[in-house]
Amino acid sequence: MSSKTVQKLDRVVIRFAGDSGDGMQLTGDRFTSETAAMGNDLSTLPNFPAEIRAPQGTLPGVSSFQLHFADHEVLTPGDAPDVLVAMNPAALMANLADVPRGATIIINTDEFTKRALAKVGYAENPVDDGTLESFHVHPVPLTSITVEALAAFDGLTRKEKERAKNMFALGLLSWMYTRPTAGTEAFLAKKFGAHPEILEANLTALKAGWNYGETTEDFASSYEIAPAVMPPGTYRNITGNTALAHGLVAAAHQAKLPLVLGSYPITPASDILHALSALKRHNITTMQAEDEIAGIGIALGASFGGAIGVTTTSGPGVALKSEMIGLAVSLELPLIIVDVQRGGPSTGLPTKTEQSDLLQAMFGRNGESPVPIIAPSTPADCFDAAFEAVRIATAYRTPVFLLSDGYLANGSEPWAVPEVADLPDLQVEFASEPNGVDDKGEPVFHPFLRDPETLARPWAIPGTPGLEHRIGGIEKADVTGNISYDPDNHDKMTRLRAAKVAGIAGIPDLAVEDPSGDARVLILGWGSTQGPIAAAVRAVRNAGHSVASAHLRNLNPFPANLGEVLRSYDRVVVPEMNLGQLSMLLRAEFLVDVRPHTSVRGLPFSTVDLADVILTHLEELK
Amino acid sequence: MTAIDNSRDALNATAGGVAASNGAPTRPSGLAGIPLLAPDAAKQTKKEFTSDQEVRWCPGCGDYAILAAVQSFLPELGLKRENITFVSGIGCSSRFPYYLDTYGMHSIHGRAPSIATGLATSRPDQNVWVVTGDGDALSIGGNHLIHALRRNVNMTILLFNNEIYGLTKGQYSPTSRVGQVTKSTPMGSVDQPFNPVSLALGAEATFVARTTDTDRKHLTGILQAAAEHRGTSLVEIYQNCPIFNDGAFDLIKDRTQQEARLVHLLDGEPVQVGPEDDRKTLVRMPGGGLEFVPAASAEGADVVVHDAGADDPSQAFALSRLDSPEMTHVPMGIFRSVSRPTYDDGVRAQVEAAVTTAGGPATDDDLAALLRGRDTWTVA
Repeated sequence: MSSKTVQKLDRVVIRFAGDSGDGMQLTGDRFTSETAAMGNDLSTLPNFPAEIRAPQGTLPGVSSFQLHFADHEVLTPGDAPDVLVAMNPAALMANLADVPRGATIIINTDEFTKRALAKVGYAENPVDDGTLESFHVHPVPLTSITVEALAAFDGLTRKEKERAKNMFALGLLSWMYTRPTAGTEAFLAKKFGAHPEILEANLTALKAGWNYGETTEDFASSYEIAPAVMPPGTYRNITGNTALAHGLVAAAHQAKLPLVLGSYPITPASDILHALSALKRHNITTMQAEDEIAGIGIALGASFGGAIGVTTTSGPGVALKSEMIGLAVSLELPLIIVDVQRGGPSTGLPTKTEQSDLLQAMFGRNGESPVPIIAPSTPADCFDAAFEAVRIATAYRTPVFLLSDGYLANGSEPWAVPEVADLPDLQVEFASEPNGVDDKGEPVFHPFLRDPETLARPWAIPGTPGLEHRIGGIEKADVTGNISYDPDNHDKMTRLRAAKVAGIAGIPDLAVEDPSGDARVLILGWGSTQGPIAAAVRAVRNAGHSVASAHLRNLNPFPANLGEVLRSYDRVVVPEMNLGQLSMLLRAEFLVDVRPHTSVRGLPFSTVDLADVILTHLEELK
Repeated sequence: MTAIDNSRDALNATAGGVAASNGAPTRPSGLAGIPLLAPDAAKQTKKEFTSDQEVRWCPGCGDYAILAAVQSFLPELGLKRENITFVSGIGCSSRFPYYLDTYGMHSIHGRAPSIATGLATSRPDQNVWVVTGDGDALSIGGNHLIHALRRNVNMTILLFNNEIYGLTKGQYSPTSRVGQVTKSTPMGSVDQPFNPVSLALGAEATFVARTTDTDRKHLTGILQAAAEHRGTSLVEIYQNCPIFNDGAFDLIKDRTQQEARLVHLLDGEPVQVGPEDDRKTLVRMPGGGLEFVPAASAEGADVVVHDAGADDPSQAFALSRLDSPEMTHVPMGIFRSVSRPTYDDGVRAQVEAAVTTAGGPATDDDLAALLRGRDTWTVA
C-alpha cells in the first residue's frame, strides 16, 4: 500500500497535449472511459489539427484532449486546465496561455532538447529558466523511463518502445486521480491482441506510469473525485457523432423502415458514416458515393423507394447538396441532412467548431424552399435530435436539417441510455389505395392530395399497384401533381409548402429558466453553446444576480411561444459561434432588438468570458 | 438497317437468366428478383404504359420515336407496371418519365444515376431505368455516369445523343463536333467531343450498346438485351433534334448511304460493312490498328470477329474508335456485354449477411444492446 496521502477534490480539468503522433486523443479517450466508469459527470474537448501528421514538434502539429470531470453536474469541458500534460515544447508553448497560475504541469523533459526547443522558438529551456515558476511543475523523463521499463522487450525497436510513452503518461495520471485501469487493459488486449509483444509492452508502460506516481517523491499525493449525483439509470459515455448515429438507428427501428445512408467523407462528419457502416446488422445500408451530390441523391432515391434516406456532411458538402435538397422540398419526400458544422467559409477550419451554417440551412437554396432545422445542444442530445428529425421527416414528408457541430461531434459526456420500450413509435403509413376519382368517376391516385391536418402528401412507394405516378422538380399542380406553370397554382403550392413546415406539430414551447423570477435579461442560445451558457449563467446567479436563460433546439419552425418570451425581457442576449445568424433571424421574425455576442475562434465559449458578458449587460440595465 | 437478331439469339432470355453464347454458366438476369405478371394475366398493351399527360416535345423530335418504342417494348418485359421506375435528369429527353404510366422521377440536372442507385440498391424488386441526354449525362452529370458504370448498379441508362443542348435552345454539347456552329459557338466549337461508347468502356461498363431513334426494330432489340443484363447497361441512342441540330445523323439514316456506313456488330461474326457487292471486312493490321479491306482480300488476314462477351474490353474499345466526324463507318449494336457482380447485389448481400449472422432482424433487445455499448454504469 502506498503511504502517500489522498486528497479529495470536487472537480478537475486535465489537458493532454502532445504531437499529433503522440497518441493524445487515445490517451484522453481512455482516461475518459476510466473516469466515466468511476461515476463522475464529465465533458470532453478534443482539439486536433486537420493534418494527419503535421511536421513533428511544430506548433501546427499539436494535438490536445481536454477532460472536465467532477462530483457534480458538468456543463462544459472547462475553460482552463488544472493539469496540463505537455509531451513536447510545442505542446507547452501552444497551451501555456490557457493554464492558470498555480496549476500543475507535467512535462516530458526528454523531448525538451535544444533542437526541439529551437523549433518552436524557445531560446532557453522553460523548464529551468523561470518561465514556469508560478506553476507546480513535474519534470518527468517520460520517454526514457518508458524505454527503460521496456528494456526486456528485445523484439521491439527503440522507436516502438518510445511509442508506449502515452500509456506511461496515462498510467501516471490514472494513479494521480485514482482511476481504474482495468478497462484500458481490456481495450489494449483487444487492440493489440494480434501482437502479443506490443500488447505486453503497452501494459508494462501503463503499469510503470502508475508505479512511478506511487513511488517517486515528486508526486506527494493522489486525488479522489467522488462520483457525481446523477438521476438513477444506466449510463454510458458517448460522443455526439456516435449518439447521432444511434439516434438514426433507433428511429429507423421505431419506424420499422430500412435506413439508407448516402455519404461522402468529410471532417468532422465522417465518424457517422463509419459508425453506421458497422451497423448493417440493424438493416442499415451505407453507400460511400462519388461526391456529396451523389451522396444525397442516393439518399433521396432510397426515400422515394420507402426507406429513411440520410446524408451526412459538413458545411462545404451542404453547399454542394443544395440543389438536391431543393428537389426534396419540391418532391416532398422524407430526407435527413446531417450537417456537422465546422469553421468556414470554404474549407475553413475542418477540425474546429462553428455554428455558421444556420443561415445556409435556413435559406441556402434557390426559390422559396423551407426546411425544418433541429440543433442538438449536447453530445448526448444528438441522439434525441436525430430521433426527432426522423419523426418530422417521415410524418411531414420533408427534408430535415440536423445541425450538429465539431464540438458536439467529438466531445463526449455521460448519457442516460433510454429504454427502448420508452422510445416513441415512429411508424407511418404508405399510401396503398387510390385517393380520388377522375372526370369519368374512375379511381385515381393524386400524389399531391394533402392530409388536411399535417399538409403532408401521401408517401406512395414504387411497387404499390395502382398508384403509379410521376413526380419531379417542375412545379406541380395542387392535388394531381401534374406539371403546372399556372401562376395561381405556383403561388398556392409555394404557400402550402411553407405552411406545412410552419405548422409542424409536437415542437415543445421554449422553457425559460429564471430561478429568481425577476430577471430582466434573457440569455438565449442554440445548439452546442448550451453547456457554456448554462455554466456562465450558473456563475452569474451564484454571484447573486438575476438572469434568465433559454435554449433553442428547433430553429425552424421556432417554438410557438418564442416571440412572447423574447418580448417579456428588457434585454435578450444571444451568444453564438458565428457573427449573429440567429440574432438576424430573431430580429427579422419578431422585431426584437436582440444583442448578439459572437465568437468564431473554432473553440466553444469560455464560461468566464461569457459570465463577464452577462454581467456587463446586467450592469448596463441598472 | 438490320436489327441485332444474331446477338439476340446469343443472349436469349431464359427464366432465371441469360445463356451466354459460349456455353458459359447462365448469367443472372437484370430482371431477377422482380415480380412477374401472373402467367395467365392478360397481355399488357402499349396503352397501359402510356400516361394521360400531353407529350410536349417539338414536332418531329426523335424522342417521339423512342417513346413509342419504349411504350411498346415495356409490355414485353412481363413485369407489373408498379415494378418499373424511370428516373431522369434535366433536358428534353428527361421529360420522358412523365409520359409513361409507371413510377417515375424527373430530378435535377445530371444527378439521375445517383438517385437511381439509391432506389435500385434499396429496392431490388424495381426495374430501374435512367433517361438522360448528352448534356445531362456527359457534361453536368459526367461524374455520376462513370461511377454508376464502374459500380455496375443494376439499371439501364438510355442516353439520347442529339449532339446539342435543346431545352436551353441550341448551345453546343459535349458530343457536338469540333467546328460546330451553335448559339454559344458562333465561330465553331473548339471542344473535343466525347465518344460516349469509348467513355463507357473506359469507365468499366459491363454493357454498352448503340442504336438509333428511327430504327424501331434495332432499338427494341437493344432495349431487351439491356434490360436483361444484370448491371448498368448504357445504351447510346442517336436522336435527331429537328430544331437545333437537324440532320446530324442523316448520313446513317439515308437509305442510299447507310449500308456503306453502318457497321452492325453481330456477336461471333466477322465485323463487316457495305452492301453484298461491295462488302468490306475489318482486319487487324500488322501495327495493331483496325482497317476495313475488301471482303475478298481478307482471306488469310487477321479478321476481327466481334466478341461482346470478351473479358478484355480492348477490341470493343477499338471498335468504338471507328467513329469519325465524317461518319464513314459507324458501329451499331452491342459493343460489350459481360457479367460482373453488381454493386447493389453486393451491398444487399452484406446487409443480409450481417442480419443473418446476428440471428435475424434486430429486436428491441438488440437495439438496447447497441445503445448500451460496452461500458455502462448504473446509478441507483
